Amino acid sequence: MRKEVIYSLPSPYRDDLKVTGYRFGSGKKSACIVGAIRGNEIQQLYVCSQLIKKLTELEEKGAIVSEHEIMVVPSIGHHSTNIGKRFWSVDNTDINRMFPGYDEGETTQRIAGGVFEQIKDYSYGIQFASFYMPGDFIPHVRMMETGKQNTSLANLFGLPYVVLRKVRPIDTTTLNYNWQMWDCNAFSLYTSKTDKIDEISAKQAVAAVLRFLMRMGVIRYNSHSGYIATIIEESDLAVVRTGTSGIYRRLRFAGEEVCMGDPLAEITHPYEGNVIVTILSPCDGIIFFSHEKPLVTEHEIVFKIIKRLHE
Amino acid sequence: MVETVVAMKLPVDEKLRIKKQRVLPLAVTGNEKRISIVTGTHGDELEGQFVCYELLRRINENIECLKGIVDVYPALNPLGVDSISRGIPMFDLDMNRVFPGDEEGPMIESLAKEIIDDLSGSDYCFDIHASNIFLDEMPQIRINEISEKTLVPLAKLTNIDLVWVHASATVLESTLAYSLNSIGVPTLVVEMGVGMRITRKYGYQLVEGILNLMKHEGLWDGPVGEVKMPIISSDRAVGYMNSNTSGIYVPECQNGDIVKEGDVLGNVLDPLSGEIAEKIKSPIDGMVFTRREYPVVYGGSLLGRVLGGETS
Ligand SMILES: [Zn+2]
Repeated sequence: MRKEVIYSLPSPYRDDLKVTGYRFGSGKKSACIVGAIRGNEIQQLYVCSQLIKKLTELEEKGAIVSEHEIMVVPSIGHHSTNIGKRFWSVDNTDINRMFPGYDEGETTQRIAGGVFEQIKDYSYGIQFASFYMPGDFIPHVRMMETGKQNTSLANLFGLPYVVLRKVRPIDTTTLNYNWQMWDCNAFSLYTSKTDKIDEISAKQAVAAVLRFLMRMGVIRYNSHSGYIATIIEESDLAVVRTGTSGIYRRLRFAGEEVCMGDPLAEITHPYEGNVIVTILSPCDGIIFFSHEKPLVTEHEIVFKIIKRLHE
Repeated sequence: MVETVVAMKLPVDEKLRIKKQRVLPLAVTGNEKRISIVTGTHGDELEGQFVCYELLRRINENIECLKGIVDVYPALNPLGVDSISRGIPMFDLDMNRVFPGDEEGPMIESLAKEIIDDLSGSDYCFDIHASNIFLDEMPQIRINEISEKTLVPLAKLTNIDLVWVHASATVLESTLAYSLNSIGVPTLVVEMGVGMRITRKYGYQLVEGILNLMKHEGLWDGPVGEVKMPIISSDRAVGYMNSNTSGIYVPECQNGDIVKEGDVLGNVLDPLSGEIAEKIKSPIDGMVFTRREYPVVYGGSLLGRVLGGETS
């Protein structure tokens, strides 16, 4: 393992922002794994740390196949992490909306550009990503339908689901999209949490990456073969909303199978304590996303369900 | 009359309400054109608040001169304006990146959809921004090159200093203005002043321009003050000054200054050593139209922009 600073940026009042890359093996740039781009991506940071630990052990055992280099970048956004912010500490911009970056541009464009320069030439790019809706997801691999996506490769992670997302204008500045534009096979891995650590899904994510690297011939490793993924179009998920606002209590969680009409959650009057709405499942299926916060607004998405699918 | 465009219940005993003021002519014929004035998408940009006030005051003062329908939306992001938050407070989301919205999407996207539905059918729209807390902008209208033909003739009527026609970028397709222009509502994006402040001079200047456009297009036959012709950026270079160090930026120029390439326009200072960390020089001959106000800078921080070419 070789540890090096792949990008640094001086700060006026804090330590320099240093983005660290851990390289394993040498030769062809095979796989790059990126962790926390946003400051609140604690689970993503944790998963990378566990992956680095594991890859270090594997390298010591000589299990990195020769002529393959793997790089892991555990964090880019820790200047935000350290002060409890999600986005860039000064201007609140999102580094994951700045790719491919620009070395003459604004600060976060420079960070994105400086890091991208170091990570763009790998054959496989894997990002532990997060979504802005607060709650739990079923662990899955997400791909954008740029026309360059390869779902059969996504299947090799052995996670239960591969989700395809239609590209929207806002997506064109993400790391995943730009990796694909650079002819890198890009995958976003979503584990169940973001700002909290979930050991089970972290282990699952580490295992998924190792399984993928093994199957691509990058490492020698024996692992359980995982799932044959169900492929879902994001737009096919059933969306369940709150009919009103109030105190929110969920009854069902991501990964659970539900039947049409099953109670999914309750909304309680914030002053009077009575249940004002019981949210029912609109279909049979498996819960893909489940909202987590104790309060909800009206019209908020609280569940996404994979329709007509059984465990 | 004040109308609620969208209302949505917040968790505890409150509704988010996006409101608009609709002003009608004294005698409505049913064939009126309609102009919409939209602002407060970014909660830290307040210049548009004064424009809303002053425009309504001027119209109400001469209501008999009004020949069209005027809709004024002071705050598309009322929670943000109210809490000094640029984005939508609960989500830390830039509201100008969720258009055209989606009824079936997350809450913010469904709000965005309702806003677009309400604005659609307008014959003209002004989307007024005030830069951000970092930069002071000379009053300007920014036009995506794909709408240049429709919008530049309108922008010339608006008493603005500068019309900046810029290249299109896919990511900008999620802005309000892009969405409105693409459904046939000619929308002019104004950037002027600086975040968290009101520059009354700019407010008066733009109100005159809005009234002038209304007069030219048959929505107003009341008084309009003197209106100047803007500089159009087409075929002119725009020079950017970004910091290459971190420190404290102290500008030595004003917006509107005519400068030569190499002129020092400000310095990045190091408060810990007492030294100048970087002298910031104009990259081209031209006119300063953007000036950094917020002193703390990193490498990359935008310090100013200069419009090249004949500007005097
Ligand atoms: Zn703005």
